[in-house]
Amino acid sequence: MTIEQSLARLDAIVEQLESEPLELAAALALFEEGVACLREAAGTLSEAEARVQRLTELADGAFDVEPLDDE
Amino acid sequence: MRRRTAGARGPAPADSPSLFDEEDATSVYADVGDEFPGASPASAIAVSTLTQIMKDVVEGAFVPLWVRGEVSDFKAHRNGHWYFCLRDQASQLKCVVWSRDQLRMPAAPDDGMQVTALGQLGVYAARGEMQLTIRQLEAEGDGLWRKALERTRLRLERDGLLAADRKRELPRFPRRIAVVTSASGAALRDIEAVVRRRAPGVELVVVHAAVQGENAPLELCAAMDRVARWGGADLVIIGRGGGSREDLWAFNDERVARAVAACAVPTISAVGHEVDITLCDLVADLRAPTPSAAAETAVASRMELALELGALRARLVGAIETCLYEPQQRASSAARALSRAVSGRLTQRQASVAALAGRLNALSPLATLERGYAVASGADGATRSSIRDFAPGERFNLRVRDGDVDATTVAVRPLDAPR
Repeated sequence: MTIEQSLARLDAIVEQLESEPLELAAALALFEEGVACLREAAGTLSEAEARVQRLTELADGAFDVEPLDDE
Repeated sequence: MRRRTAGARGPAPADSPSLFDEEDATSVYADVGDEFPGASPASAIAVSTLTQIMKDVVEGAFVPLWVRGEVSDFKAHRNGHWYFCLRDQASQLKCVVWSRDQLRMPAAPDDGMQVTALGQLGVYAARGEMQLTIRQLEAEGDGLWRKALERTRLRLERDGLLAADRKRELPRFPRRIAVVTSASGAALRDIEAVVRRRAPGVELVVVHAAVQGENAPLELCAAMDRVARWGGADLVIIGRGGGSREDLWAFNDERVARAVAACAVPTISAVGHEVDITLCDLVADLRAPTPSAAAETAVASRMELALELGALRARLVGAIETCLYEPQQRASSAARALSRAVSGRLTQRQASVAALAGRLNALSPLATLERGYAVASGADGATRSSIRDFAPGERFNLRVRDGDVDATTVAVRPLDAPR
């Protein structure tokens, strides 16, 4: 799931919990799913450095993405 | 000043020497004789020879010059060349722009435009006319650039490429951003710096293209094409750092603008500085004033994401607490109702028990005994309440308030009998 999807799902879960009267078991299941989404999205915050690469087209029309030489 | 009688068409200073002055002609040719080309009818020269000489003389005498004037009688010929006159109040000069030189000009001039033109003065032999062959053309107030830009803009607009409803929303958290720019340019460095600072985990993929010069439009188009065929990016930034208007001109190229408009993923255009607006900017989903600003718009910062996650976490917890609160309330109010119901019933039962007990008490002979009465009963346990139940000498039981008495019947007599 992308972070966008995680956030969207999380948003939907919160909305649903806030607006609809739910069976307790269903509410708890949603809550757990929400916590999982939070954790996943928060994982992005600790990800590594940004990478800068260069797109090169190979002779056969395929593409290669390789680190960009700064000089 | 006097009019010449020999048919010369224009006015000329009275004392200028002329071939047509009878008395001077002989003196001019005295040294060379009648055989000198053009010196006599016998040695008359051909028109083409003369115009060729004229051409050589004029072209040899003038280096390329900047000439200022107003354009008139403009005509774009079918052969691809432009013909017009440059004029001022007193004079005019025929001009031509060969088609290959038009590539360096943003647009054709219009009649009435004030222009400066760099050109070589020459002679068009076929007409015997002097003409300026123009290599560079600039209109007053950037007129040609504005005209070219406006014309292209209208074409893009007519095709609906500038419509506001074409603008797509940018992905909030792009993973891979294609950057169409020069791999060695300032724009890339600016974008890279912002992305490293704000959004870890985002990949920048540089798709190199020259961003100025004659090849720039085609290279930019080719780069956009590579992005499309590669298909790995979820956002495209196209742009370059600041420069002169000519430097930025590739981003006003119709082909480039159309390539950006056709891009399958959302695009941010960032060309030059804040004040520079190009056609590329107009067709992109978003125009950023600078490459740095493009990067800031493209990637949400860690801080923003952290804040958003914090807010969502609070809402999530609040929501589940609300969800839990109501069942809890329901449960405890149910418990209260239950206990109310139970205790209510108990009270009722207690009351009825008391009432029953009261009634039982009232019915019980014990109460009568309390008042001093006694109950007699036989050996069979049956109550003996009449003299008929007693026989003299027979034993019976007498129940009093606090116990039983064994008794024997001595005699019986009715109530009204004397003792």
